[in-house]
Amino acid sequence: MNANAPPPLLIGCAAGFSGDRTDAAGPVVDTLIARLASGPAGQRAFLIFETLAERTLALAQLRRRDNPEAGYEPLLDAMLRPVLARCLAHGIRIVSNFGAANPRAAARHIARMARELGADAPRIAVVEGDDLSGPAHRALLHEALGAQMEGLRIVSANAYIGAEPIAAALDAGAQIVVCGRVADPSLAVGPAMSHFGWRADDWHRLGRATMAGHLLECGAQVCGGYFADPGYKDVPGLDAVGFPIAEIDAEGHCSIGKADGTGGLVSEATVKEQLLYEVHDPSAYLTPDVVADIAEAEVKPLPGAPDRVALSGVRGHARPSHYKVNVCHEGGWLAEGEISYAGPRAEARARLAAEVLRKRLEGLALRVDLIGALSILGDDAGRMLADTPDTGLRDVRLRVAATHAERAQAERLAREVMALYTCGPAGGGGVRTALTPRLNTLSCLLPREAVPVRFELLGAEALA
Amino acid sequence: MNTSTDDMIEVPLYRAAHGRTGDKGDRSNISVIAWHADLYPLLAEQLTPERVSMQFRHRTPARVQRFLLPRLHAMNFVLDAVLDGGVNDALNLDAHGKALSFLLLDMPIRVPRALAPMLAGP
Repeated sequence: MNANAPPPLLIGCAAGFSGDRTDAAGPVVDTLIARLASGPAGQRAFLIFETLAERTLALAQLRRRDNPEAGYEPLLDAMLRPVLARCLAHGIRIVSNFGAANPRAAARHIARMARELGADAPRIAVVEGDDLSGPAHRALLHEALGAQMEGLRIVSANAYIGAEPIAAALDAGAQIVVCGRVADPSLAVGPAMSHFGWRADDWHRLGRATMAGHLLECGAQVCGGYFADPGYKDVPGLDAVGFPIAEIDAEGHCSIGKADGTGGLVSEATVKEQLLYEVHDPSAYLTPDVVADIAEAEVKPLPGAPDRVALSGVRGHARPSHYKVNVCHEGGWLAEGEISYAGPRAEARARLAAEVLRKRLEGLALRVDLIGALSILGDDAGRMLADTPDTGLRDVRLRVAATHAERAQAERLAREVMALYTCGPAGGGGVRTALTPRLNTLSCLLPREAVPVRFELLGAEALA
Repeated sequence: MNTSTDDMIEVPLYRAAHGRTGDKGDRSNISVIAWHADLYPLLAEQLTPERVSMQFRHRTPARVQRFLLPRLHAMNFVLDAVLDGGVNDALNLDAHGKALSFLLLDMPIRVPRALAPMLAGP
């Protein structure tokens, strides 16, 4: 490696989804501050928050419809307020997609927060171009989706955009970059591109940074969160599981550790699980920045460093010519109903109740679960349940679910479950029913040229 | 393999490997990671896409692909159309199919008795 290369970049992650723990950032920021103080000159640190999932953006668009100042991460204040002043004071820059459907409103909120905390006004950039839900984009989506678009009531449409506008915003001096739907790993790739000055076609380095971002993007999952299985995969201190910190060098190679003084663990096993999480072909992990390739990747603990694991052998190939676009649309109504049976022959009575409902609810494709017997691994058609004999369970909750475009049809389910009180098998009780509007998703690909992306540093007037 | 049954023991896969499920749309991916490098070859031999497809037969996967990662002592299974529509469409309580790795990890596999010390758990 070039002896003049800048020291490794530190990137901590403090959220893995919308609704993640809000006390995660504190220990990550404390650790970054300590490592900057003891590290080599020129070392830099970033904090990222990943708060978007497949339909988070649709829910955010719905909130924005009700209130033009809403539509960003609802927990933004709770997540950021405890660490914002310390990050600004120690030069830790922040990159996040918590802008969701309204990055500008999120930026304004952060500016207010900084003022309330007595910090100097931060330079905040918003990244835009991902939101394709407006009327101007309708024809574009129609071209890509064709007949599937007919009659759709679109709630959100977003392209998964990449790291370039993040890197450009950082190059322009942004201390905080607020994005909407950028690809999750791009939150880490942007800082690395900017810090090391990589070109946008430096495929191997981008591929490596992408997998570092992939290890970070689910928050605690690489630190023993979502891993514990007593007796097989024991995790110390899961109640206070720490969030990850990656160290990325000028070649893009990384090691993963976690915040000091936290629970959890970083091991070969936790890193391998997260490395493959939501990956399909390991030689072609598609992002807007690069096609990352982990076919030859290796994962090794760092000797003498507890909770530190190195990832090597990652490669990269030229990025896809198209952006992935997710379109969320109104999807009718989900109806659910539950009722409990207990004691002798409880399972037989629950199965009989399901039979009654199937006959009464003709025209609704009914899903049946027997909570306590089979309620997770079964299939909508009920094949597994039919193959599973009545084993005489004595504490069973029947759950039925169906979906329908029309609310009135979906409501039939709730009424029929309620009627089991007096018309169904013996001893049923504790009926609960719910009716929920649904959001469905379609995906398509759009050429990059059709989706211009940009960043903007917000001036004082925009924040007033 | 030409080993007599006496030399082989049958154990659930979770004793030889761990894994996690991920989802995108109506597609599930399940990683299977050997607890020990020495166990990886027998996983590669026994966990064929056909057997995995059989384990998920009630979900009628449209396709099961297997990707081998020998340097990680791991493999990745990609199952198409097993999530009853995916997180937004599914009626399942576990609409993401997060629990599906445990359906796979419950499969029986045969392990030479000599490798028993490499297995996890009781």
